[in-house]
Amino acid sequence: MSGDVVDQIFIRAKQWLLSWLAGAPDWIIQVASSLLNIFALLGVFLTLFALISVLERKILGRMQNRYGPNRVGPFGLFQPIADGIKMLIKEDIVPARADKIVHFLAPILIAATAILALGVIPYGRNMTPFAIDGGILFFFAVGSTTELAVFMAGWGSNNKFSMLGAMRAIAQMVSYELPLIITTLPVVMVVGALSPDAIVAAQSSYSFGFVPHWFVTTPWGAAAFVLFFVSGLVESNRTPFDVPEGESEIVAGHMTEYSGFKYATFFMAEYIGMFAISGLTVTLFLGGWHAPIHVLQFIPSYIWFFAKLSALLFVYIWLRGTLPRTRIDHIMNFAWKFMLPMAFTCILAAAVWHYMGRGLAGWLCSLAVIGIVYIALSILLDTRKRFATRTYRFAE
Amino acid sequence: MIGTGILKGMAVTARNFVGSYFEKDRLITVQYPEERTPLAENYRNFPFLIYDTDDAEAGLRCVACKICEKECPPQCIYIIKSEDKKPDYMGKPQFYPAVFDIDISVCMSCQICVEVCPFEAIKMDKVFELSRRERFDALLQRKRELSKSNTYYHSICPTEAAEVDAKLAEAAAKKKPTPPPAAGSAPAAEPTPAPVI
Repeated sequence: MSGDVVDQIFIRAKQWLLSWLAGAPDWIIQVASSLLNIFALLGVFLTLFALISVLERKILGRMQNRYGPNRVGPFGLFQPIADGIKMLIKEDIVPARADKIVHFLAPILIAATAILALGVIPYGRNMTPFAIDGGILFFFAVGSTTELAVFMAGWGSNNKFSMLGAMRAIAQMVSYELPLIITTLPVVMVVGALSPDAIVAAQSSYSFGFVPHWFVTTPWGAAAFVLFFVSGLVESNRTPFDVPEGESEIVAGHMTEYSGFKYATFFMAEYIGMFAISGLTVTLFLGGWHAPIHVLQFIPSYIWFFAKLSALLFVYIWLRGTLPRTRIDHIMNFAWKFMLPMAFTCILAAAVWHYMGRGLAGWLCSLAVIGIVYIALSILLDTRKRFATRTYRFAE
Repeated sequence: MIGTGILKGMAVTARNFVGSYFEKDRLITVQYPEERTPLAENYRNFPFLIYDTDDAEAGLRCVACKICEKECPPQCIYIIKSEDKKPDYMGKPQFYPAVFDIDISVCMSCQICVEVCPFEAIKMDKVFELSRRERFDALLQRKRELSKSNTYYHSICPTEAAEVDAKLAEAAAKKKPTPPPAAGSAPAAEPTPAPVI
């Protein structure tokens, strides 16, 4: 099948490259295979980072009715090269009172964890760089290391703005880690596996040939998808949850004392973290690399994955163009009073859906559970003040 | 309901995003070096010297009276009056500025020199792309760079130039009962349209 050839072209290419090592000891082939995966991942995602950094500025510009960057190269597409050169030739300043080792290690650690998390996501049919059974667990374990790196940056800089920014980052990231993981639970429970490949495989069939069995098509899945997406926004420190680096208040948060290439590394880690969390969203709720309609399966699987990823990234940018920065106490209230109860409701709704036979009745009951809790929370959490009509009394 | 306000806001940004590709009047940014907005007729920045006819030396209206030099608040004008008198374009002997420099990095574009000049010899220019790599050579403008023809003045400020020409013609008529045509105004009498600079 010719479609299969295109679909598996990268796998074939890798096998062909490894065939040069035929006869070498097993461990050499193992190492070479891993290295190939790593280089492919880095190549793809660093290119995507460069591309998204210019596209983000262009899209934000369009949302504000102006052209984005359009001077460097065709349509301004070489802007990341100019930015990169600018970053590289800047002076690398380390504060005299900084904890030099911690200050130096923080950007490395944050970039390493962000890139590690990319490894377990299935990018296409047979295209999981590092297929581990506990892939989801690995993802969150590595993802929570980001907090350590952020705090290292804040502490190592020995600067009050860095420290405050790091504290804020830790506070919000820890708070949202909870809904993030709890909204993953229903998917893991329904599939019965922690492996991303198994989760993608569980979403592979279609009803009537055009309704994909993605988890986002179930009520609990849709709710969990939104909650997961919002938690992902917080985890990647994106607007409207970018208080850790609120320029108007604390300069640049934990990145205040970083300049030049170290700052660029933080910036890159932030975007790669965003790709990782979006990739996991696609895997968990949007059917991974499966086509949305049965007929469209001839399009290679990795194209579908990256199309879904790009759509999510567009929503990230769209939200950034829409919402202002939230206040830290509002973020916290939102996490504990809304996100967490809703996340637990998702588990309940998934259980209802599962034990009612995964049919239409289960679908409707699950929707009812989510709907009731959502409306109840909306009423309970509505703190807008309602003023009585003002009456004026004048001296006579 | 929680979240409805966010959806409304996202609809607004989406409308702007899509609209910016289809409605040209949404993108109001002027892409400067390629496109320019026409300058207002009363726009001014740095002074220049006017000469009549085509001869920049003989036609210079300036007689080095040094009033502008004295009045200039930031003291950016430097004039050395000539020792001798040279005939101007009408044959009348006049003093002339041997040196006339304006340091446009000091000039504050106040137009006081224009207002005090009794000979309508100094006017405000509209050239604004004057950035240079060196301060002392390029921004200290000499008499040769400052001298510009009356035709040029008509091309940048037609209304004002016509008024100035009329005033000069009137003064010349008062002085001499049999007037020769005033100050080279014949070719420049009808105002040329405002340039798109």
